[in-house]
Amino acid sequence: MKHFPAYYTIWHKSGHYGLRVFAFLVLLFLMLPILVIMPLSFNAEPFFTFTEGMLSLDPDAYSLKWYQEIIDDQKWRVAIRNSFVVGICAALIATVLGTLAAVGLASPWMPYKRVITALLLSPMIVPLIIIAAGMFFFYTQFNLVGTFTGLIIAHAALGVPFVIITVTATLSGFDRSLFVAGLSLGASPLKVFWDVVIPLIRPGVISGGLFAFVTSFDEVVLVLFLAGPEQRTIPRQMFSGLREQINPTILAVATLLVVLSALLLFVLEALRRRSVRLGGTG
Amino acid sequence: MTDRTHTLSPEDARNAAREVRKRRFQAFVFVVPLLVFILFAFVAPIATMLYRSVHNPTVANLVPETLAALEDWSGEGLPDDAVLLQFAADMKRMANERTSGQLADEINRALPGMSSVIKSSARALRRVDDTDLAANGVALLLDANDRWSDPATWRAIRDAGPIYTSSYYLTSIDLERGADGSIGARDVQIYKQLYTKTLKMALTITVLTLLLGYPLAFFMSQASDSLSNFLMVFVLLPFWTSLLVRTTAWIALLQAGGVVNSSLIWLGITDEPIELLYNEFSTILAMTHILLPFMVLPLYAVMRGIDPSFMRAAISMGSTPLGAWYKIYLPMSLPGLSAGALLVFIISVGYYITPALVGGTDGQMISNIIAFHMQVSNNWELAAALGSLLLILILVLYWLFDRFVGTDNLKLG
Repeated sequence: MKHFPAYYTIWHKSGHYGLRVFAFLVLLFLMLPILVIMPLSFNAEPFFTFTEGMLSLDPDAYSLKWYQEIIDDQKWRVAIRNSFVVGICAALIATVLGTLAAVGLASPWMPYKRVITALLLSPMIVPLIIIAAGMFFFYTQFNLVGTFTGLIIAHAALGVPFVIITVTATLSGFDRSLFVAGLSLGASPLKVFWDVVIPLIRPGVISGGLFAFVTSFDEVVLVLFLAGPEQRTIPRQMFSGLREQINPTILAVATLLVVLSALLLFVLEALRRRSVRLGGTG
Repeated sequence: MTDRTHTLSPEDARNAAREVRKRRFQAFVFVVPLLVFILFAFVAPIATMLYRSVHNPTVANLVPETLAALEDWSGEGLPDDAVLLQFAADMKRMANERTSGQLADEINRALPGMSSVIKSSARALRRVDDTDLAANGVALLLDANDRWSDPATWRAIRDAGPIYTSSYYLTSIDLERGADGSIGARDVQIYKQLYTKTLKMALTITVLTLLLGYPLAFFMSQASDSLSNFLMVFVLLPFWTSLLVRTTAWIALLQAGGVVNSSLIWLGITDEPIELLYNEFSTILAMTHILLPFMVLPLYAVMRGIDPSFMRAAISMGSTPLGAWYKIYLPMSLPGLSAGALLVFIISVGYYITPALVGGTDGQMISNIIAFHMQVSNNWELAAALGSLLLILILVLYWLFDRFVGTDNLKLG
């Protein structure tokens, strides 16, 4: 039993336990849908519910066949490859350009800082459907619709705000006199940037890059509007799977994606701690 | 301050100014590559969309001479034979260039039924030779379909002519321009209702995430460091999990043969599966689940910084817990509350994927209709007008957000 202060009435105490139960239920609501699909992806039958065999833990009711299907189906293999290609290229562009810009924006001499920051962060605020429609109109003129280049450019633009935010946070703990010291010792600004600034803000840069990668990896609206059949990604494949023929292969893919996001969460948390240790705000 | 010995010599002032310019330039150079990239990849597309919403040269490009000839027409009775003859010639040309379908689509939007009229008349005029057309063009056109004798048809063509038009904005707020140029309500009222519905759904989702998220964030902020870090995993894991995975999960749960219905039947609550999926209910439920972390994270960040001794002091002096919360804690947690609420509201107003997958017909939001006009009805200008209105709405909300909350409260993870 917990010790309560003497002035607590029974109402205070029941409120305390009520809150605890409620918080537990909300966490359950958050986690349950994700937890339920995992065992369902091992269902031997093509159903979205637990069969009697599964409930009685009969080994025959479980199977890996939906995972086998992902490996066998060429569409899924192509989608997985496309997702990684587009995600990695888009994250690289967003990270390189975003890091440079964040360093410039952190300078006290930066002109028009507010306007430019707002402009660079705006892809995060505008609804995806509007971005998708606009990009479709504009990219068509350059024959970028239905190409990998177009999709990568579009996803890189979406990832930029995340890189700016994370790198700026790391830079807030960066001592600018280190930059000046490097210059005064005769190094060029680019050399100081590469040898002094980058090593210190690396955790922020990497987590910004991961954010940009995840943004692209999870994105489907722009893919729906800008990608042709050759550029189908995992979310696009899931989207049509959910609309056309629902089968547990999607649950198997979903389970793999949950495992992937758990890994990412772990890496990001490690990076955040490292960044805080190095003096940033994380 | 006015002491002359403290002012800079002109030479020094020039040097200082040059130094400032140099540093500003150095900082700016770092930003230039990204700025150029974003201007091309993001700003130009948005600008194109805004432009598309008022710019439609299709009809002007297809039948420029007919439109020029129509300029002198009063709008009453049939236009001159010269106009009709010109249009008949245009129709023949379009039929051979296979562009009459474009005109059919454009005119059909203003005057339903015109699509088949234009297409069939174009087919009829395609094989007529030029001398015959020059002699009997008017009669041939009028014979092709009765509707060419109707002045309303010609008004529709004339009104579709201008390259710059506000008609898509009028349509997107359920208005139209009448025959005499006055603006009145359209017969079919769709979009105002749709905007209202989208806002109502977004508000419902915001209130639900608040009701669920506030107590959770409060509990986590009161817990010990190790417990709250542990519980945070259960908020962050869904947050990081793909949106499609979470939508898939809800489809698996709510289907007719899904987990929820099977459990309800097994428990004897119902004999037949209840329709839980593909309606407004499932959209709101799934979106509440998906957006809940956006409410919890800013709330938790603010609540973590509130000293718990304020509440203890109030309760020890005889306040009820609810009274102490209302008078002390609520005002202090308000920055997190408004950040979370506005964030969830802004995101849900523009949401597309979840309504598209679990919304059925009555769970559709404004984004879905924009996608419909982009992909199915091919009315891109109307899609652009609806999108521009949505963009303005979001920018106003964001401006409020920045004004009252400040974007500094936005943090990732």
